[in-house]
Amino acid sequence: MLDALQHLGRATLDFFERLGRGHLLLLQMLAKLPGLLLRPGLVLVQLYSVGVLTLVIILVSGMFVGMVLGLQGYNTLVDFGAEDSLGVVVALSLVRELGPVVSALLFAGRAGSALTAEIGLMKATEQLSGMEMMAVDPVQRVIAPRFLAAFLSMPLLAAIFSAVGIYGGYLVGVPLLGVDDGAFWGQMQGAVDLHDDIYNGVIKSIVFGFVAGWIALFEGYDATPTAAGVSRATTRTVVHTALAVLGLDFVLTALMFGD
Amino acid sequence: MNNRTVEIGVGLFVALGIAALFMLAMQASNLSTMSGGDGYIITAGFENVGGLKERSAVTVSGVRVGRVESIDYDHTSFEAVVSLRIDAQHDSFPVDTSASIYTSGLLGEQYVALEPGGALENLVAGDRLQLTQSALVMEQVIGQFLYSTAAGKSEQ
Amino acid sequence: MPKTKSTENNQIQDAVVQIRDLHFSHGERLVFDGIDLDIVPGKVTAIMGPSGTGKTTLLKLIGGQLRPASGSVRVHGEEVPALRRSALYQLRKRMGMMFQSGALLTDINVFENVAYPIREHTRLPEALLRDLVLMKLQAVGLRGAADLMPAELSGGMARRVALARAIALDPMMVLYDEPFTGQDPISMGILVKLIRELNDALGLTSVVVSHDVHETAAIADYVYLLSEGKVVDHGHPDALWDSSSAWSRQFLEGRPDGPAAFHYPAADFRDDLLRGGRAN
Repeated sequence: MLDALQHLGRATLDFFERLGRGHLLLLQMLAKLPGLLLRPGLVLVQLYSVGVLTLVIILVSGMFVGMVLGLQGYNTLVDFGAEDSLGVVVALSLVRELGPVVSALLFAGRAGSALTAEIGLMKATEQLSGMEMMAVDPVQRVIAPRFLAAFLSMPLLAAIFSAVGIYGGYLVGVPLLGVDDGAFWGQMQGAVDLHDDIYNGVIKSIVFGFVAGWIALFEGYDATPTAAGVSRATTRTVVHTALAVLGLDFVLTALMFGD
Repeated sequence: MNNRTVEIGVGLFVALGIAALFMLAMQASNLSTMSGGDGYIITAGFENVGGLKERSAVTVSGVRVGRVESIDYDHTSFEAVVSLRIDAQHDSFPVDTSASIYTSGLLGEQYVALEPGGALENLVAGDRLQLTQSALVMEQVIGQFLYSTAAGKSEQ
Repeated sequence: MPKTKSTENNQIQDAVVQIRDLHFSHGERLVFDGIDLDIVPGKVTAIMGPSGTGKTTLLKLIGGQLRPASGSVRVHGEEVPALRRSALYQLRKRMGMMFQSGALLTDINVFENVAYPIREHTRLPEALLRDLVLMKLQAVGLRGAADLMPAELSGGMARRVALARAIALDPMMVLYDEPFTGQDPISMGILVKLIRELNDALGLTSVVVSHDVHETAAIADYVYLLSEGKVVDHGHPDALWDSSSAWSRQFLEGRPDGPAAFHYPAADFRDDLLRGGRAN
């Protein structure tokens, strides 16, 4: 009984300790961001490994998600004779929800896990420690550029996902299932609001990029520097990012579209 | 991995992302159809606006000519006052034009339909439409239907 | 600075590193329980002790990566734990450290690894930088390996590159963390020779942390023996061989049993066996 209580207490303390370390790292990262203006090259390389290398999976998934939305939406709407609204269904689902959320989940799997593993291994092989001894701040040199790259890439990736998805829905809906071309775009333009839908979608993806980058880098930086520790940290990155993104999505949706 | 590949890749990525945002804004949203403050405003009083919203469509013969700018309640006339922003190129509606609130399809969005009258004078900005027909409220329609059926029966 | 505590050293005044009454614990485990230590300029000082005595921790305390629980760590006369971040970084530019694993950056080649600290801290023209890096690589005999990636190096070569990187900024002092561990005899011989020669040629101060008794004793001018959080013995290596301390002799001669017991503390062997399959 007492053991169980002690266990609970220990776990709670550990949790808050980690939370504290996480916020400490966040503050450090944010403080180092202005310094990056002097070294844009560092961010450029990270934009490549975080953004460009995630592009393929985003393009392919976006296309398929859009096509599935087109197919499913059509089958449901045609029963009500409302298949002309297919464009609305596809565009709103993608821009408001699926674009930001699915690309954040894919980002966690592709880029987040890679970031964690990379930082974790740099820690395990004493590269971070080595930098410190060379009087180079690893947060400035290694962590902050990756963080900036993560939350710069995320809105772009989500926008690409949504755009490709809308074309996927179009391809299935219009040439394949015979929805009217004008109605598809016209109804979409009538129903999708630049401010309410598109801006809010972009804001969501910026928030997700921030959180995904933060979790991935913290897990790597805080990983136990062993093979098992790094692998655990990588798993945690994917799980925690997915949970955080889905939870935050609910909160943001309630705030943005709640009324 | 050399520097050039990285730079080209990032350039491509950013260009693609911006193109996607641009496509979403221009092609998929109402930015393309927003008149953005052009045109002129006329108002119309309705007993009941039903589910009409700001930015709902204003049509004539099914052609969209403007958008609902705002919906307010007038405490003196006890009715809803709807401001309609009509696109500038549609500037020749007679003063006795009437406005009705219809529903597109059975479950669709509500919109304002204008029906031009026969007067020689044209509407100008700030005018108020005199002839209006409110939105149909389902409960009233059903109530009227039941009432008339009952009345019909008692006459027999 | 309680100089009274230093009882035996006569070169305290010009010591590069001066550690007094150092206490440090790692979680619940007490790593250092009052250590006094002096590192003399221009000499190779070895810090030896069994695995797990916190030799690497000591280097990290000197480099300011860890903070002691109490006590003083002075490097070049500056109190390391009290230094502000920028001052600490200034101090670190005057120290080089060679890590056990090499700690080379894996995504850039050997040349860039050696160039890294120079690029980070100076604005040298590319041609001068190239000459400088090639000089450092020549000094460790790896000029020909400049274009290799760290993954293509053997363990011994990686350490030599790390050494070249450690001396890239012409530091006053180089810290070596277990430079000989897991090396074949040839690599070991090369490293032993390099540490000694670089120390003398560049006028460095070297601190070697190791448990390889013979190699270390061969190049060290002064040896500290650590065990269980204390300095057990110190002096010139030759003097230590004649040490009266039983523990020192066991460590230096590598005898399996002695004051440091062969067996991890356990219950009586016979009792343990007789208990059989029964749960305790």
